[in-house]
Amino acid sequence: MNNKFNYYLKGKKGEYEVVIGLEVHAQILSEAKLFSPSATKFGQEPNSQVSLVDAAMPGMLPVINKFCVEQAIKTGLGLNAKINNFSIFDRKNYFYADLPQGYQISQYKNPIVGEGKVILDMPYGTKEIGIERLHLEQDAGKSLHDQDPNNSFVDLNRSGIALMEIVSKPDLSSPEEVSVYIKKLRSIMRYLNTCDGNMEEGSLRADVNVSVRKKGSKDFGTRCEIKNMNSIKFIQQAIDFEAYRQIELIEDGKAVNQETRLFDNKKQETRSMRSKEDAHDYRYFPDPDLLPLKLDSDFIENIKKKLPELPDQKKQRLINEFKLSSYEAGVIISDKETSAYYENVAKNSDYKLASNWLTVELFAVLNKQNKNISDSPVSSINLAKLINLIKNNTISGKIAKTVFEEMVKTDGDPEKIVIDRGLKQQSDPKELEKIISKILENNGDKVKQYKSGKEKLFGFFVGQAMKETEGKGNPNLINDILKKMLK
Amino acid sequence: MSDITKLSLVDTVNNIKNKSISCEEVTSAYIKRINKSKKLNCYIESDFEQAINKAKSLDNKSDKNKKLFGAPIAVKDLFCTKNLQTTASSKILKGFKPQYESTVTSKLWDQDAILLGKLNCDEFAMGSSNETSFYGNVINPYRNKNDLVPGGSSGGCSSAVAANLTVSTVGTDTGGSIRQPASFTGIVGLKPTYGRCSRWGIVAFASSLDQAGPMTKNVKDASLMLEVISGYDQKDSTSSKKNSENFLNNLSKNIKGTKIGIPKEYVVEGMSKEIQKLWDKGIEICKSLGCEIINVSLPHTKYALPTYYIIAPAEASSNLARYDGVRYGFRSKGNDLIEMYENTRGEGFGREVKRRILIGTYVLSSGYYDAYYLKAQKVRSMIKKDFDDVYKEVDAILTPTAPSSAFAIGEKTSDPISMYLNDVFTVPTNLAGLPGISIPAGYDQNNLPLGLQVIGRHFDEQKILDISYALEDEIKFKASIEDWWINE
Amino acid sequence: MTITKDTVKKISKLSRISTNSKFEEEMIKDLNSIIKFVDQLNELNIDKVEPLSSVVNEKATLREDEVKKMNAKNDILKNSPEDNENYYVVPKVIE
Repeated sequence: MNNKFNYYLKGKKGEYEVVIGLEVHAQILSEAKLFSPSATKFGQEPNSQVSLVDAAMPGMLPVINKFCVEQAIKTGLGLNAKINNFSIFDRKNYFYADLPQGYQISQYKNPIVGEGKVILDMPYGTKEIGIERLHLEQDAGKSLHDQDPNNSFVDLNRSGIALMEIVSKPDLSSPEEVSVYIKKLRSIMRYLNTCDGNMEEGSLRADVNVSVRKKGSKDFGTRCEIKNMNSIKFIQQAIDFEAYRQIELIEDGKAVNQETRLFDNKKQETRSMRSKEDAHDYRYFPDPDLLPLKLDSDFIENIKKKLPELPDQKKQRLINEFKLSSYEAGVIISDKETSAYYENVAKNSDYKLASNWLTVELFAVLNKQNKNISDSPVSSINLAKLINLIKNNTISGKIAKTVFEEMVKTDGDPEKIVIDRGLKQQSDPKELEKIISKILENNGDKVKQYKSGKEKLFGFFVGQAMKETEGKGNPNLINDILKKMLK
Repeated sequence: MSDITKLSLVDTVNNIKNKSISCEEVTSAYIKRINKSKKLNCYIESDFEQAINKAKSLDNKSDKNKKLFGAPIAVKDLFCTKNLQTTASSKILKGFKPQYESTVTSKLWDQDAILLGKLNCDEFAMGSSNETSFYGNVINPYRNKNDLVPGGSSGGCSSAVAANLTVSTVGTDTGGSIRQPASFTGIVGLKPTYGRCSRWGIVAFASSLDQAGPMTKNVKDASLMLEVISGYDQKDSTSSKKNSENFLNNLSKNIKGTKIGIPKEYVVEGMSKEIQKLWDKGIEICKSLGCEIINVSLPHTKYALPTYYIIAPAEASSNLARYDGVRYGFRSKGNDLIEMYENTRGEGFGREVKRRILIGTYVLSSGYYDAYYLKAQKVRSMIKKDFDDVYKEVDAILTPTAPSSAFAIGEKTSDPISMYLNDVFTVPTNLAGLPGISIPAGYDQNNLPLGLQVIGRHFDEQKILDISYALEDEIKFKASIEDWWINE
Repeated sequence: MTITKDTVKKISKLSRISTNSKFEEEMIKDLNSIIKFVDQLNELNIDKVEPLSSVVNEKATLREDEVKKMNAKNDILKNSPEDNENYYVVPKVIE
């Protein structure tokens, strides 16, 4: 394994490092919105989940959803971050069709969560990424621009859903690290049940800040912000494009403008969002409709006490309890469902085999079928049964693969498959001795050659024995018997 | 009964309850008078058919125990009223019919009051003379040679109560909008403690200052109205958890031993001798009733208006961003979204509102926030502390309500600062969140009413009501309005 | 600080309020007189003063995470100047 990190981009005049910081917007899992009692379900009829508050009717007032505050605190704790018992909601003022109030309620100078950190498992070791802050804010509605040549259509169902904005320090140094970082955040939030992390539905989105600097330099270059990305793949592509664009500018002696850019995944390029630059002055000030959020230490302590096991803790436990390698454990805990699946299998069979079968065989199937572990065609109980059949010598590892294939097709019980298809391992030494002595009789010449030193013919005899037993012969026994009889 | 509309709220309700008059008679009497009083321009929307129907149904109701049983009431057009146009006197809300009822007005109807209609006011409550309304200025029933302003922003309210066009009303007060017009029209106006009444469903002007309150013919009526409209509302995060109190039952004229502060900073440049005389008269009455008069200092009073004219426009610039022509009200044309916004807001808002939005935007904008908005919030702390200190020594503060009596229409429209100075005595209480009441205390040489203001501690409305009740009893102010505007 | 024509144009743009030169002239005059008035605050030393965060010293109200049933579409779209198939319709947004 490559133990040293090196992600340097080559320009004409030398090598460059890329410096990346992320602002991740994560929709909070809650029944109701952050400041109003309307529902938060995805994909409902337009404007069917909009309260008077969300539509900014005159005289309507926001009231903070306590559960959303708890969710933010949980997430903050999951990021090993400081929870602030005094925070303030501010108004961020700007006009947009899907922003009915004309301002977004957010947190500016006093966020609910302060500095924290996230540990990444990279092939070259662990890396700590600093978290700058996490704050609560409202999501905007959605505008559709392509239904009509002269008009845009506005749906406010999303307007007012609680968002956590998680701001990282500029500690990320490659597209790969960004990918691992996002997956790690997502995994933490899924463990905590604070965000479903569904990037396709937009419940997890990111603004990506990218700058470059000469290899080894400690100064920061001018950064550009790529807005509103909702695919890890596109984020990685955008970073690469953007970094090379900046390197080219620098090498041509031109300045990089600090600006907001948009990634066009079809053209594989970023372009300036001039409309966003248009004299943006958000005029933040504390929202006079909301008093400062003051949290008792008890309130925070209670949440802390009820916190579930987090990925890093679970990883350590799997290493201790099941003697997994750090890498294996890292793969297994990457999401909550996978680790639950693993623990189910491991506890009911053999933890080492469980890890192999899960991360090699089952992952290959899931990949091929483009499925998540939660829709796995093979249940954890059945996989445990299969492993137990191998362990107690009912079937060989090779037959197990045949059984597994059948299980993938039908989610059948492996015990039943073995019986129905007569795949039980032949482990009766007398039976096997009979078969083997017959093979030796029929191949007298080869026995002679073997005995005169052509030892690689041993494999031929094993093969014949497996053929005779239709693959069900216990390979260890066959080996032993052959060795004895060929002496 | 010939003069039904001259009855106070308490008397009206009592007369209905003891069956001297019916709800229908009362409501009809008001409707008749309102129809003959269009010249004053108090009403901008009405629903008389609904009012008569409700009156009839109340007459058939056996349970007549509700506190405002049968009282016909119109409210300031800042309160959202379900299915009845609500505009805040602005073109930009033309045609807007809320699908909800404000908390304060629902409390009125819950007590079996009858909605007559909506009263004119300054556009978005921004003004001190009711001259910024899209629906034109309101005329004060008091007049001298000229037509006079009724004060503002609750000018339709003050004029309507003084002219007997509603038995009582609710207004809103951000910097004096209940008390100054009450003073200009010889009625009682109470701004409660910030948080005492829910702001839910009231078109917002400046959220940290806005407060709804009663405007009535006398102190008893104000006490009754306050006990009906106040109380915690979980839909308003800034509403206080304190329960409403029985202000009317607890009302007492015995104020012996009350310590009353007289702040020296309220003697302002250019204040007329008549106002000083009125104030002195108030002080003498308090003494005669056994109060202890204490000279106090509120050193930052001078800075209240400048502070207010940063904070209120800043909040307003943001509160009024929602009027964009997308979801309700007036929409102008535009080739793209931004053009539509600019035209809608350019045509939909009047000049005073635009002026305040621009000032508010300026003081919040990048580079100016610390110099203006943040500084103003700090000075606001100092102003509040002035009051906190004084309330260690006294129970209440007595001042004039406004530096002058009602002025002529058009007299102050050309200079915003001279208009703003009208609120010099009322603004500090809003900044500090304190309750304040204005009661009619006498007339000037032109026979125009003048008011005195009593300011109390946070949530000590009972004290200022008691003081006002005792003063009212001694002053014996008599309305002197001839029905000169009536059009038969 | 003085308010110039550029300032008026800039803050009008930020406030999304259309202007014309007459309006701009009026506003330069009005806003300068207001700014001069509020600049009185510069006389005060405020270095050690905390800004006011609320006049009443109560804690923010928190709501339970409960959905309230409502007749949303009707209530929400009833007053809209233009809508289509339950969407609000606005002039094209130029990105």
